[in-house]
Amino acid sequence: MKMFSRLIIRALALLVCVLFAEPLLAQQAPIKIGVGEALSGGLAGGGKAALLTYQIWQEEINARGGLLGRKVEFVYYDDQSNPATVPGIYSKLLDIDKVDLVISGYATVPVVAAMPVIIAHKKTFLAYYALDANAQFKYDRYFTMQPSGPNPQSAFSAGYFNLAASITPKPQTIAIVGADAEFGQIAMAGAREHAKENGFKIVYDQSYPPATVDFTSIVRSIKVLNPDLVYIASYPPDSAGMLRAIYEVGLTAKLLGGGFVGLQFAALKQQFGYQLNNVICFDYYAPEPTMKFAGVDEFLVKYRARAVAAGVDVLGLYIPPYAYAQMQILEQTVKAVGGFDDAKMAEHLHKTTFKTIVGDIKFGRYGEWESPRIITVQYQNIKGNDVQQFIESGKQVILDPPQFKSGTLRVPFTPTKQ
Amino acid sequence: MNTIEPTVPTWATSRSRVARRYLIPLTASVLIVLFGFALLDWISYEYAYLAIYTILQYVVLATAWNILGGYAGYVNFGVAGFFALGIYTSVVNYKTLQLPLPVIIIIAGIVAGIVGLGMGYLTLRLRGVFFSIATLAFAVVLNTVFNNWHFVGGARGVPVLRPDAPLFFGTYPRYLFGVLLVLAVAAVLIARAVEYSWLGRGLAAIRDDELAAECSGVPALRLKLMATTISGALMGMAGAPFPYYITYIDPASAFSLTIAVNTVAMPVIGGMTTWIGPVIGAVMLGSLQQITTVTISSALSLMLVGVLLVVFVALAPRGIVGVVKTLRERWA
Amino acid sequence: MVNPELLFNALLTGLFLGGFYAAVSVGITIAFGMLDIVNIAHPAFIMLGAFVEFYLNSNFGIDPLLASLIAIPPAFLVGRLLYKIYYYAFERHGEESLQGLAFFFGILFIVEVGLLLVFGVDYRFVEADYIRKTIEFGYISLPLRLVVPMIVGLAMVAAIYFFTSRTFLGRAILAVSQDPGALRFVGGNPMRVKEIAFGLSIATAVVAGALLIIIQPVEPSLGREYIGRVFAICVLGGMTSLGGTVLASIIVGITEALTTTFGGPSWAPAVAFGLLIFALVVRPQGIFGR
Repeated sequence: MKMFSRLIIRALALLVCVLFAEPLLAQQAPIKIGVGEALSGGLAGGGKAALLTYQIWQEEINARGGLLGRKVEFVYYDDQSNPATVPGIYSKLLDIDKVDLVISGYATVPVVAAMPVIIAHKKTFLAYYALDANAQFKYDRYFTMQPSGPNPQSAFSAGYFNLAASITPKPQTIAIVGADAEFGQIAMAGAREHAKENGFKIVYDQSYPPATVDFTSIVRSIKVLNPDLVYIASYPPDSAGMLRAIYEVGLTAKLLGGGFVGLQFAALKQQFGYQLNNVICFDYYAPEPTMKFAGVDEFLVKYRARAVAAGVDVLGLYIPPYAYAQMQILEQTVKAVGGFDDAKMAEHLHKTTFKTIVGDIKFGRYGEWESPRIITVQYQNIKGNDVQQFIESGKQVILDPPQFKSGTLRVPFTPTKQ
Repeated sequence: MNTIEPTVPTWATSRSRVARRYLIPLTASVLIVLFGFALLDWISYEYAYLAIYTILQYVVLATAWNILGGYAGYVNFGVAGFFALGIYTSVVNYKTLQLPLPVIIIIAGIVAGIVGLGMGYLTLRLRGVFFSIATLAFAVVLNTVFNNWHFVGGARGVPVLRPDAPLFFGTYPRYLFGVLLVLAVAAVLIARAVEYSWLGRGLAAIRDDELAAECSGVPALRLKLMATTISGALMGMAGAPFPYYITYIDPASAFSLTIAVNTVAMPVIGGMTTWIGPVIGAVMLGSLQQITTVTISSALSLMLVGVLLVVFVALAPRGIVGVVKTLRERWA
Repeated sequence: MVNPELLFNALLTGLFLGGFYAAVSVGITIAFGMLDIVNIAHPAFIMLGAFVEFYLNSNFGIDPLLASLIAIPPAFLVGRLLYKIYYYAFERHGEESLQGLAFFFGILFIVEVGLLLVFGVDYRFVEADYIRKTIEFGYISLPLRLVVPMIVGLAMVAAIYFFTSRTFLGRAILAVSQDPGALRFVGGNPMRVKEIAFGLSIATAVVAGALLIIIQPVEPSLGREYIGRVFAICVLGGMTSLGGTVLASIIVGITEALTTTFGGPSWAPAVAFGLLIFALVVRPQGIFGR
């Protein structure tokens, strides 16, 4: 009898616990943020850096008590830099893993591939770097961290062409080359517009399949035409291949580069080192005296301490600052809305100016930035292949726009011997 | 007094033969489709429809491939080419007329069928092995052509937004599932009809010994052309809804080696001589892959396909159907 | 007006590539041309070789050509083993064509996915002194990363030529394709001869892999581009003829280089396959074929 009553008491106690624990447990359920990130393949240099940044932010916010009192968790899959995997990944995140929030992977091509699934689920999508990805969809819940401004296609190469126009005597001819993929095509279209506006004659205008590895015939075809300007829009593997071919064939031009994705990563800076001298490239942040934001230096110190151990980009100049800012924006939005309602989040994102470690950010039409902040840099004074030299200023000299200008243009580009 | 009369078994009378050959399969098909539509009410898990879509798609592909591969013995490695023809017909439609899906499936079938006829005309005179290599070449040439055709996206690819589903289905994944269910049933019925017809018997004769068949009066080239056309048309039809399923299509995913290997592996594993082999292979291998992709990893599920293909082709070349038959004979 | 510098360099590049393609295809000439085994997985073994050499180069600093020499004995054994399996499963029963094709298709897939699982989708390349050097004569440039593979490739084909024409075993390989019965008469064992020949075929694949990774960075699915090329070259060259293989390789190499330079790189993959279809339809016995 005694045993029986003990049993009853135990059962009652269990019942009480369950009844009270249920709401408690619901509060403890973590907030899941879903992302398909490039952890292997051509874009992995950026994807892995982004993931490390998200993890740093996750630890910080969980130490502060979480978001809305709940711990934050990332659910991520490797998209292998292959856009074909992206729809499946986001379907899985939304339908099976049932994540609360979704953000995009890194780069135009994966972002565009994700859009149909995101639009079908009507989610608010805080995307990362993507060039003019929303132009074909005009989705009102899309927001991007890429500081392209209201006219992305044109703004992307504007700096390069401003520099070209400033050269005397005025350049006459230009060769435009890029990958036959979303990013390459959009960048090249913008370059063509600018070339026409400036009166440069386009003597070469070709795109190559994304999987091309041998660029010698392309570079040679450009070389025989002897153009004054060469505009290249490529992803990391092709940027590397193109630079190798440029050195192998010996191509020179007054201005060379513009749309090389990948030179912003530490890995390629280390691989090419001094060979980057006088190459022109776009960027979003450079450690120059003219570009100081509150909070970014402290963040970079924290990031760099972990980057070496994690085997990711040791400089952390290109992806991490903006990825951290992306999380700051997400945090502020979720707190302001008090939840994850997509419509409310989109409304808040449209009307607010956010304070982040890369300055103030306000989104405008179609989720692009209200005003552009793409900078055009030239690599100068690079010696050898030591990657640490890029931490100092004076190696990635900002030449455009004028408010960030920190040096003078050096013309022409010739393959550096060493 | 019992007179000894030759008895005619009941199943051989013409009435019951009609029943066996037509009525039973047709009623079974209608019942399957109705059951499938009923599932739309019971299963509310959207992802399940997309998973089943993949399996049904492989039923169509495996069945189509088997008409040429299993019945006639001509291995077609150009599956991806026909599948992609269907895909890109659909993409052209998406960018221009936006006709409804069932219409575009028929059109894709016609396009793929005509191309199949043409390809067959060029290559079917070749010995078996050379035919297979030529089909591979055909797929790669087609791949290069689509890579360069900018209207359908070229290498850049095309994101595809799903339109609204017809009212009966509710969501688009359900619609895709319904369409593919009907297509799969139709494909199996066609394969069955081919198998039991004079076409099927001719193909079987070709498979066993083409020279002997020709000597006995089988018009080998004509039959092979018919088989290639039907096979190609069905593969094209399977490709037409694919852009709406995957929502981002580029030549690399249209010409995926995974689809080609699966389409060959499923009939090999299921059994190549009859219509039910590809169905068994598609359902088993397809389900296995869906489960491993979601639970373990997609790379491992691909490895599984390769290993199963090699093991079955080496040890059990008649597939599961063959194994079942052997077991039945042993226990009979 | 075609620029002569461009044209000449394209022809040169095509020549270099041709030597390399000869190395890639000679294995198929042996396996398919002489032994009638449709080893459609040959390119996968090339990739396997390339990754083995990458591994040895990046972890131990071994030169890729040296690494390929190290890889030859295991490759030879793998080839012999693979032939034994093929023989017991298919050849014995006389059901070579359909089942054999499917078998090797499966092997192709397994090797490629295996490489993907171990190495991932990233491009890998090797480091060696001669890879970045280019010799310049006026406007002719000879990049060593193309010249070295051509020389080594042609040397390998020449070695196999001498093997098949001067040694008993080599001549036995030629004989087994024409008349296995007659071979038995003169004391050869057809099965053992075929086994060694297939082992040799796979060994050439791993050497070709080293040449490939010297020319360009590799990733596991690259092998697919080579399936059509090797069979095109084998068919164009007349199946059993080594000289035909070399000539066909050079033709394919030059056509591809010209297409890439003047038509654009996006059309290059179709060249080999287009030539293959053309060859199969118009002259199936190839240039040197009987």
